[in-house]
Amino acid sequence: MKTVHPLLVRITHWVNALAILVMVTSGWKIYNASPLFDFAFPDDLTLGGWLAGALQWHFAAMWILALNGMIYLAYGIASGHLRRRMLPISPRAMLGDVFNALRGRLAHDDLSVYNAAQKFAYLVAIALAIGLVLSGLAIWKPVQFYALASLMGDYEGARLLHFFCMAGLVLFVVVHVLMVLLVPKTFLTMITGKLKNG
Amino acid sequence: MDSKLKDHEGPLLASIERRLFLRRGLSLGALSLLAGCDLTDNDSVQKVLTSMSRWNDGAQAWLFDPKRLAPEFPASMITNPFPFNAYYSEDEIRLVDATDYKLEISGRVKETKAWRLPELYALPQVSQITRHICVEGWSAIGKWSGPRFSDFLQRVGADTTARYIGFKCADDYYTSIDMATALHPQTIMAFKYADQVLPPKYGFPWKLRIPTKLGFKNPKHVVALFVTNENPGGYWEDKGYNWFSGS
Repeated sequence: MKTVHPLLVRITHWVNALAILVMVTSGWKIYNASPLFDFAFPDDLTLGGWLAGALQWHFAAMWILALNGMIYLAYGIASGHLRRRMLPISPRAMLGDVFNALRGRLAHDDLSVYNAAQKFAYLVAIALAIGLVLSGLAIWKPVQFYALASLMGDYEGARLLHFFCMAGLVLFVVVHVLMVLLVPKTFLTMITGKLKNG
Repeated sequence: MDSKLKDHEGPLLASIERRLFLRRGLSLGALSLLAGCDLTDNDSVQKVLTSMSRWNDGAQAWLFDPKRLAPEFPASMITNPFPFNAYYSEDEIRLVDATDYKLEISGRVKETKAWRLPELYALPQVSQITRHICVEGWSAIGKWSGPRFSDFLQRVGADTTARYIGFKCADDYYTSIDMATALHPQTIMAFKYADQVLPPKYGFPWKLRIPTKLGFKNPKHVVALFVTNENPGGYWEDKGYNWFSGS
């Protein structure tokens, strides 16, 4: 059997999934305390019970999210894993594969080879996560990290960026989970690393 | 605003809404990891979160640069009207009598004599136009004026090697800050808002204005302060808000 996902990628994937779940659901509770837009998130979908509880979850899980993300990126860059899996990528191939996916004609013969639509989606997800961490730092410490915050339009700009990165990442998660449901063998592969009959 | 905060008040770290995970799972992957975990009102979960909050106090104290100034803004960016916020609503604002007012000083200080308003008003003042950031997320820019708190601490002979300063307020609010923040050049005893005597809704006779901390760490209607090595906590801090809450 072929190893589709290295052990470190599998561990960091699931730690990340849990950290993102906690960050998003506690973040929605924090958002609800002073909504940026004309809506609030349903309380049943939020974590923490009230604002202080949500903040405690958010500021605890942020360390896990950031440390885990740094381990993943350091490994991915140093081992060449990211380069081998994500590159090369061209906009034309990406659009072509998105179109194929919509027609249900995307090949999944070798799960260790990502199609262009996958590469694009994963790279965007990584960029959004980095954007969330950086804008989060700017919101958390707009004075100590003033240079970072001012790149994003100061505190209020960083809040908006944090919200939109969250929205983008949640959209990614929805599509990602849908795709796993459509190709269920990918789910086990992210746990065992192997593909039976693969 | 903090009046809304009151509505959020509930048991410290109220339940983590287990239904969320069990009935309406957001992510199949995470669901599989959480299956079997009972996170509802769990004491050990709360202990971990509380100790993470203490760890975050330390991380923030470490990140805090005593020389780094909060950004100041042009008068054109001032938020008008500047929002009122407290743990009570606007019709419950306390009125402090100017002639009876005394500021009491205690703890690790040389001079414990109480200060009257005319004496406080006579101290040299500075002004700042800075951003007030609420723990809820909203922010507003305002102009505050008053003496530097570090100058005042020097005058009363405060032991600046002590760790904390605690504040008691006429509206029964209380809070405390670290010494590094107390000595920060932008931490001021705001006797004025927008060049006018501080109105009751902003904390007459004075509010400790700290642009390097969240709004709830800026006590209003201060009637007593004490220098101590024991963390005095605070109204919101004791309910679960992070103690350091620096910006």
